[in-house]
Amino acid sequence: MESLFIIIIAPMVSGIITKVKNNLRMRVGPGVFQPYYNLIKLFYKEEVVSDKTSWIFSIAPSIVLASVVLAALLVPIFTITPYAHHVGEFLLIIFILALGRFFLALAGLDAGSSFGGMGSSREMFISSLAEPAAILSIFAVSLNAGTTNLGAISSAHAVKFSSIAAGLSLLMVAIAETSRIPIDNQETHLELTMIHEAMVLEYSGRSLAFIELASHIKQMIFFSLIANILFPFAVLGGNIVFGIAAYILEILAISAVVGFIEVSVAKMRLFRVVDFLAFSFVISLAAIVISIMGA
Amino acid sequence: MGNFFDIRMSFLFDPLAVFFLSVIFLVSLPSAVYSIGYLAKKYSPRKIAYAWFLLTAFIISMALVVSVASALTFLIAWEIMSLVSYFLVVFDSKEEKSVQAGVIYLVMTHVGTAFIMAGFLIMHKYANSFDFISLKQASAIMPSSVKNIVFLFLLTGFGTKAGIVPFHIWLPYAHPQAPSHISSIMSGVMIKTGIYGIIRFVIFILGVDSMWWGSLILVLAGVSCLVGVIYALMEHDIKKLLAYHSIENIGIILLGVGSSMVFLKLNMPGLAIFSLIAGLYHLINHAVFKGLLFLCAGGVYSATGTRDIERLGGLIKKMPLTAFSFLIGAMAISALPPLNGFVSEWLTLQAFFVASLTACTAGLKIFFSLCAAILALTGGLAAACFVKAFGMVFLAMPRSKSPENASEVSLSMKTGMLFLVFFTIALGLGAGFVFRLLKVVAQSVASCDIGAVKLSLNDFMFLEGQASGVNLSTPLVALILGAVMIGIYLGFGRNKIRKYNTWDCGYYKLGSRNEYTATGFSKPFRIAFNFFLMPYTRTEKLRKSFYYIRSFKYETFTTPVFKKYMYYPLIGMIFTTAKFMRRLQSGSIHMYISYIFITILVLIIFMNKF
Repeated sequence: MESLFIIIIAPMVSGIITKVKNNLRMRVGPGVFQPYYNLIKLFYKEEVVSDKTSWIFSIAPSIVLASVVLAALLVPIFTITPYAHHVGEFLLIIFILALGRFFLALAGLDAGSSFGGMGSSREMFISSLAEPAAILSIFAVSLNAGTTNLGAISSAHAVKFSSIAAGLSLLMVAIAETSRIPIDNQETHLELTMIHEAMVLEYSGRSLAFIELASHIKQMIFFSLIANILFPFAVLGGNIVFGIAAYILEILAISAVVGFIEVSVAKMRLFRVVDFLAFSFVISLAAIVISIMGA
Repeated sequence: MGNFFDIRMSFLFDPLAVFFLSVIFLVSLPSAVYSIGYLAKKYSPRKIAYAWFLLTAFIISMALVVSVASALTFLIAWEIMSLVSYFLVVFDSKEEKSVQAGVIYLVMTHVGTAFIMAGFLIMHKYANSFDFISLKQASAIMPSSVKNIVFLFLLTGFGTKAGIVPFHIWLPYAHPQAPSHISSIMSGVMIKTGIYGIIRFVIFILGVDSMWWGSLILVLAGVSCLVGVIYALMEHDIKKLLAYHSIENIGIILLGVGSSMVFLKLNMPGLAIFSLIAGLYHLINHAVFKGLLFLCAGGVYSATGTRDIERLGGLIKKMPLTAFSFLIGAMAISALPPLNGFVSEWLTLQAFFVASLTACTAGLKIFFSLCAAILALTGGLAAACFVKAFGMVFLAMPRSKSPENASEVSLSMKTGMLFLVFFTIALGLGAGFVFRLLKVVAQSVASCDIGAVKLSLNDFMFLEGQASGVNLSTPLVALILGAVMIGIYLGFGRNKIRKYNTWDCGYYKLGSRNEYTATGFSKPFRIAFNFFLMPYTRTEKLRKSFYYIRSFKYETFTTPVFKKYMYYPLIGMIFTTAKFMRRLQSGSIHMYISYIFITILVLIIFMNKF
């Protein structure tokens, strides 16, 4: 039920970020429902598939979508126990997302175009460097809760300083993983500056719709995790109405922050990404140290 | 002296030995089946008979290594194993590379054996016997300082065989040079005998004496992980790439074993057993998926005649089954759920997590978190490396003539691969069952009672207890993924599809020269890790005149750090010493007789004195 909810509102969050960005730039911009229109349009379009590709290319979109759906089932949203809590826990989410990325990167290489290869290479580069920071920030919040069980983590009754640091680090990882400025740029249409978009350049029609939907859901998963780490208010309190309201407010706040970051900084050179992610790693390590000290 | 030369064959079939025996046969059996088709294509009948003889001797010697019950017979079996594997490395002795690889392997493995021998002799001094049980009893009366020395000797010796950094240099030469079914056994099983040695002689017999033993192993393991995977990313020879990944995976196994040693010393038996299970689980997983990957690489090699991934491509259409098997292996080694590599890496991460939660000092807690970060980075880089390997070998268009005429491998080779594919999946989905079996092994090794600590499992979930209600169920992961994928296909299917060229920016013809290369793929990594890799380039211009360049050659290399800063100086020193010692060789027989006399005199004095 809840997982269905985040799957449904996921495209809207992307729409909201775009809206925030445009308003900050003094523009009107497309409405928040634009991502839905895009998805519907893509869904009924004819697909053009390269004749060089193999079954990897055609199977990848459904694996990507399946992996994010599974990850969405594992995230607690406004009740404490995630839907599929007996399947896995926090660490599994990272591994599950890696599964989708692995196939998408292979699909990027499948058509034999340089753009796809370049996108795959850079995507794997960024994600492999983001992984230690992600794991360490998970460790930090889990240390506070005494378990990597997400339900227990989200039901923390007090916000600890180390959780905030870990949430910050996770936000940086989320920016890298959801291909946002300063790591990547979703709006660019110059092949050489694209990372994620270059990787999926060969996709069109329904397959592209699946992949885009998966990216929206993945973004939503990261935002929900950060929301529940930074302010575990949503899952607190028995009142479901209060929980839903708090959750929506948190997501809106995070979207606004991400949108603000996107308009206020320039995209980094690819090799500066190492510094960005190293910084995120240091923050998460600091979070662990603070957490061990007991704050 | 007593029973010094009493070589009786006695065996010890405790759970640890049985576990290693099953690993050996799990990989050797499909490799042997595979070799029927693999050898028939390449060698003469005489050579094939020779290969079967060596293969049998190799398997038997490995089985002996893990099952004998005395250190002396262990050494004999160990030496047979090393020699037979040397002959297998130089099997293609017509190639100069094989001979060179063989020499490096022979030297390294014997230096290792010398250290093991020294360690055994010191232990024998206290036990007066080579029997495992009496050695174990004698370790109680050994002083700490002696134990430390024995530990360092054994770690060097067994570490050389296992290929941990910095003793790894023989591995990327020797493994790729052997025929592929042998590479699969060497990488899958033989290097694990080094791990067996560490578990048997350090944990089981010697007993963990100091805190720094485990910490040292953890540090070496972490370094091995990173060095192995970074070199693998730079490598374009498919079998060498896999060999570097063996170094990485030995590191992951030792992360489990090393942390188990730390916990044993800290007197936390539950956690010690848990991390030993994680290490052993990764050991059997690595045996299976690395064996599989080497068999697939061998299939590619025998179909195309090249191991250079820059010259391959598009094989998924010509060799669908090999491609599928390689994909399964690649997913497993990249720790993707729900396959087996994921389960063991997850277990190791959980062990680190519980360690950073409960270890006694803050320093240790942070140390374990850092180990987890290293494991995470390794996993990410391994995934990148296998995207590269699979993408370059199997996807897109052929990059040279050699893969164009490739065809699928023969039936026996397919059988060998599919057998291992089955176990790669089964070890992932049957995690609960395997965990329970490994618990028996780990408990018998650590020989401690975990009593109240509950490491309970059922078929769907495991690890409740210490990590308070953490569940992982690989069958359910597979089930949900499968259900969603089938749902997508049934619910939506695919829309109208048109086949057309790859997007080529409006040019009319995209060829294989426009494809992304392995070098290009790994360039970001080369730049990010340049402090370690120290890449340099060499350009070569062939000019007709100053203004007209006829051809331009650009090559990029990385500096082999360990060889350059550790082994070359060492070899230089050995040569200098040898030159100095040459002065003794006067050529006069009188001098030589006096040398013998002096030696005997010294030995007599030594024997009387000590």
